[in-house]
Amino acid sequence: MLNAIFSLSALGVLFGLILGLAARRFRVDSNGIEAELLDMLPGTNCGQCGYPGCAGAATALANGEAPATCCPPGGKPLAEALAARLGLSLDGAALTESVPMIASVREEICIGCTKCFKACPTDAVIGSVKQIHSVIREACTGCAKCEHICPTGAIEIEPVPVTLQTWVWPRPAVSPPLATQATPVNA
Amino acid sequence: MGTPNISSHPPLLTRLRRHLAQWGTHPDGRKHPAAGTTVTPVPLPPQLRLPLSQHIGAPARPVVQAGDRVLRGQLLAEAQGNISAPIHAPTSGLITGIGEVPIPHPSGLGAPAILLEPDGLDEGVSLTETDPFSLTPAEIARRVAAAGVVGMGGATFPAAVKLSLGRNNPIPTLILNGGECEPYLSCDDRLMQERPGEVVDGALIIARAVGARQILIGVESNKPEAIAALRETARVHPEIRVEAVPSRYPMGSEKQLIAWLTGREVPSEGRSADVGVVVQNVGTAAAIHRAIRFGEPLTRRIVTVAGGAIRTPRNLEVRIGTPVSALIEFCGGFTQPPARLVMGGPMMGLAIHSTDIPVIKGSGGLLALTAAETAQSDAEAACIRCGSCVNACPIGLLPLEMAARIRAGDLAASADIGLKDCIACGTCSFVCPSRIPLVQYFNHAKGELASRERNRMKQAAIRELVEARSARMEREAREKAEAAARRKAERERAKAEAAARAQEEHTA
Repeated sequence: MLNAIFSLSALGVLFGLILGLAARRFRVDSNGIEAELLDMLPGTNCGQCGYPGCAGAATALANGEAPATCCPPGGKPLAEALAARLGLSLDGAALTESVPMIASVREEICIGCTKCFKACPTDAVIGSVKQIHSVIREACTGCAKCEHICPTGAIEIEPVPVTLQTWVWPRPAVSPPLATQATPVNA
Repeated sequence: MGTPNISSHPPLLTRLRRHLAQWGTHPDGRKHPAAGTTVTPVPLPPQLRLPLSQHIGAPARPVVQAGDRVLRGQLLAEAQGNISAPIHAPTSGLITGIGEVPIPHPSGLGAPAILLEPDGLDEGVSLTETDPFSLTPAEIARRVAAAGVVGMGGATFPAAVKLSLGRNNPIPTLILNGGECEPYLSCDDRLMQERPGEVVDGALIIARAVGARQILIGVESNKPEAIAALRETARVHPEIRVEAVPSRYPMGSEKQLIAWLTGREVPSEGRSADVGVVVQNVGTAAAIHRAIRFGEPLTRRIVTVAGGAIRTPRNLEVRIGTPVSALIEFCGGFTQPPARLVMGGPMMGLAIHSTDIPVIKGSGGLLALTAAETAQSDAEAACIRCGSCVNACPIGLLPLEMAARIRAGDLAASADIGLKDCIACGTCSFVCPSRIPLVQYFNHAKGELASRERNRMKQAAIRELVEARSARMEREAREKAEAAARRKAERERAKAEAAARAQEEHTA
């Protein structure tokens, strides 16, 4: 009995000392979470969150100033990942409204000015001077940086079209009543 | 692997395991009257619509243009990538265009298709006959791929991919799936009864391609004529054993058939090749027989047209691309407006909303169901945790727990308890007394998880693009600065030289 008490106490003290020393010895000065959040964000610095680039957004998220849903190009999966990392709860309704967006060029009014091409942070627009530009869908985050730069308004930001490859079975629509609300069998 | 066991008395352990396997359900078969009718060819419709995506994998790429005249068996679209299948012309005629048409897909979305107007001559390209046993396994796989053969049981997985499995792992056993456990359907039954020679020859060709020494043909016991026909044909081949398996849904599922016939269980998230087995549908075997023996590409299939709203249910041989309206018309039309049109079987098939939808390579059935035949009853009720779904699940999962997690939005948790092993057979939804659409929850969650994975990969790719762009910008800025510095240095040197020359002149 006494042996057990002594040995467990001794172990507790020993591990406490190790942990205490380790906390001092391996102290990290920079705010590690900011770097971690920055790594999760798309890195396009599109500015749609209202902060100066992804680094700014990461700082704001770490300080609790920005909501987890602040990044439109990241969409629902990123918001969920951020919320999980920061221990926040997500407002489900706010999420469903934001569908992933994508830019597209209306070819009949594109004049080939290359302005959008230069502004794109992911090189998703291809084209050349006086050639019709086009958007590579796989590379576009829908950050909308190109939208207002276009002198002819040829760029539209639209929801990502659903294809056979991206279509997902919808969730069953009817939500069942709770078990407690069910009609008793012998009523 | 040990010597294959070909005795008709399985070992005691297998028999015990079979006795203990109580999964599945027994839906009303309703195979008749269609199952008693001989396969009849359907006349050519005025237009064939051949979707580019009739298989699992990348859509095929068209190699013909509007205005081309094509012959039966001519290549119309080639395979793109490793998992894909080409598409051939089912008859001779004129290509009128490539456009978006409604296709059999649960989303109801359209997809690009080649439109072919038959000229009625049905002229074919010249085909070469080959002795399959003079070909190497790799050549068999290549020819099957070139013929566009896919899994005819409905999964439409390119058949040639499975034929190449023998290269990496030893495959001692080939199983032909003649289960056909879906109610109403009898296309495989008719095929086995009427053309057992094609099925058996196809099996021998596949066995040669994968290097299998033993061939098991599993047929549900509700098809005694098919079993008798196959046994009669296979009598001269000692390596083939035709086994009657119990009529129980989903016995025609690959994993269930393997477990029943060999006693081996496919590991979680594994493939049948992991236990040394390749499974092909009997229809696929017949298609492979035609592709290898006669060089004939896959351009037709047997379709069961049945259901309470069809005047004369029967089995038809249909050219791929025929609209379902032509099939309904050939069967005498409807006796009453159908409550639901289903392509495939009633358990795993999909509801279609237009009769313009074409028959594709994986369409085994067309059902016009009356309101009495469809379970369009009340809405879903609360789960009473009766455990019926747990008993019925052929994989041994916990459907009620998985659905509860999905309903709570925690898809990852449902994946942790086996969502990825779900085969979407729908047995759980069928037996649920509360009519909870369990399988739809699972289909939704699987799709959602896959879409998140795609999104994650897209984000990673975009991050690389951003990094590449910022590196390029930095390099360009640096080069510009360097060039400016060089020019400046040059200018200064020129200025200094000019000054020096002026000095010299001045002193001179």
